Amino acid sequence: MTDRALLSVEEVLVDLPTPRGNLRAVDRVNLTVGAGQTLGVVGESGCGKTMLSRAILQLLPKKAKLQGRVMFDGQDLVSLDRESLRKLRGRSLAVVFQDPMTSLNPVLTIGTQLIETLQEHLELDLAAARKRSVELLAAVGIPAPDQRLTQYPHQLSGGMRQRVAIAIALSCEPKLLIADEPTTALDVTIQAQILDLLAREQRRRHMAMILITHDLGVVAGRTDEVAVMYAGRVVERAPTPALFKKMRMPYTEALLAAIPKLDAAPHTVLPAISGRPPDPTRPIKGCSFSPRCRYAVARCHGEKPELTEAETPAHQYACFHPIEMPVAVPA
Amino acid sequence: MATLELDLAEEAVSQPARKGRRLGMLFWAAIVWMIFVFAVAIFATVLPIADPAAMDMLERRAPFSAAHWLGTDGLGRDELSRLIYGARISLLVGLCAPMIGLTVGGALGLLSGYFRGRAGTFVVGAMDVLLAFPPLILVLAVIAFVGQSILNLTLILGVLGIPAFMRVARATTLTLSRREFVIAAEALGASHARILLRELLPNVILPLFAFFLLGVAVTIVVEGSLSFLGLGVPPPISSWGSMIGEGRESLDIAPRLAFMPAIAMFLTVLSFNLVGDTLRALTDPRQGAL
Repeated sequence: MTDRALLSVEEVLVDLPTPRGNLRAVDRVNLTVGAGQTLGVVGESGCGKTMLSRAILQLLPKKAKLQGRVMFDGQDLVSLDRESLRKLRGRSLAVVFQDPMTSLNPVLTIGTQLIETLQEHLELDLAAARKRSVELLAAVGIPAPDQRLTQYPHQLSGGMRQRVAIAIALSCEPKLLIADEPTTALDVTIQAQILDLLAREQRRRHMAMILITHDLGVVAGRTDEVAVMYAGRVVERAPTPALFKKMRMPYTEALLAAIPKLDAAPHTVLPAISGRPPDPTRPIKGCSFSPRCRYAVARCHGEKPELTEAETPAHQYACFHPIEMPVAVPA
Repeated sequence: MATLELDLAEEAVSQPARKGRRLGMLFWAAIVWMIFVFAVAIFATVLPIADPAAMDMLERRAPFSAAHWLGTDGLGRDELSRLIYGARISLLVGLCAPMIGLTVGGALGLLSGYFRGRAGTFVVGAMDVLLAFPPLILVLAVIAFVGQSILNLTLILGVLGIPAFMRVARATTLTLSRREFVIAAEALGASHARILLRELLPNVILPLFAFFLLGVAVTIVVEGSLSFLGLGVPPPISSWGSMIGEGRESLDIAPRLAFMPAIAMFLTVLSFNLVGDTLRALTDPRQGAL
């Protein structure tokens, strides 16, 4: 961790009103990201990862209620007026979405989308913006960038489109990039390329990144810190090496166990996590993972564990019965 | 029509690059007819044709001849030049009225689809009221009140078209405005105006334009019906509808006087429908493939 955090999420709580009742999508989350650091946010579908990223960007659905503070570069984004927020987005805060099929405008050329973003934020003239667009496309590994400018998104493959989306996000040199499952919609072979690209550009630009994923394997070598989310709460938070060396939360362990291993014998049954995440409109009294946890005891069902420190203050977990045994790091 | 659409949809998916060449003969025939009608209508005053209002009482209902290529009507007026001048009126009303619907309805639909909320509900409600009103009665009442003129006719037909355009624009905007590229634009710091004009409008304009062409066809028919009833353009100006209406009186002696303007209208309306349908079929599969 650096001395001063670039982004700090403080006690953020997101409520979504639904016909079935109030849905607490994000429950009192605290996170910090230092300049140039990478934070991985891991959890299964519906555990609040995307809502957390939208809360940071202040792009929540209109009906959603947000509490807490999101401090970015000394400003509280929650209380910022629309206009200042608009200036901050794109220039300092950028985002790459999950599905490159829908995150690019289908009827505008790649060039138009890139050039207009550049003109809007950096006030470049057309020729300069065009030149920079070509450089950006080349930087994200797109061959023949000159020709790509005149193409439409549907003429590119999924991996190419995600590269374009990354180029647009990087166009104004943001201080923080939020990558919301950037590889989920892509082929496995393309996934590694895109993740490497993100890591390379991040190092080069010294930008902070939040990498949201459901795959612990993705965050393993690419993040400085990992926050594991479950049912809207951060249940374990640790520097990446510490987490993989000695995870404390049974949920983290279960997530890791659910990754297929190359050295396992063929037809080995994958240890999936049984059951489903709890219904977020009906909060349970105890630990939200207790119905699915194999270590759960009576106390887990009746009382919610708070985040507590492990050996170091950086490693925190929310569990009454943390795993004490060191777990092997996956190959 | 159904087979044509299916063919186009399949080809558009399998061979997107060759879309331009695969529009079919009918499409190009329609385009050629439209260009022809527009050309003669625009250059009517400089074409070497007779004055459409000049009557020759000795040559009433004359058959085709070198002097009158398409003969003359019941008052001895040259049928060809009346058809050409009629095209001006039919096209003028037919294009201008849907234009009003396109701009006003399109803007309302875009705004109500993007912002939703109470104002959006109000707009939709107001449009439903307008839709629920019997259109012919409304036209009759308004024309009787403000008087018969091309301008009034265009305005009232234009206003009647607004709800349909608004619905098309709103439906498209509703499905698009929650797409990630709109959120992505917002995340990049785009203002509402920018999102509406640069992100949503280019997506909405294609289906709207296809609908506009269908609207032109419908308006030409409606204007024709009104003129047929004697409520359209005031005489001596002719439109295709009023020519059919006048030709009705001599249907037993010279049926061509009613049929020729009817054929002109039929071909023009068919052309607009064909082009509109083709454009819609071309825009549909691409939207579906996203």
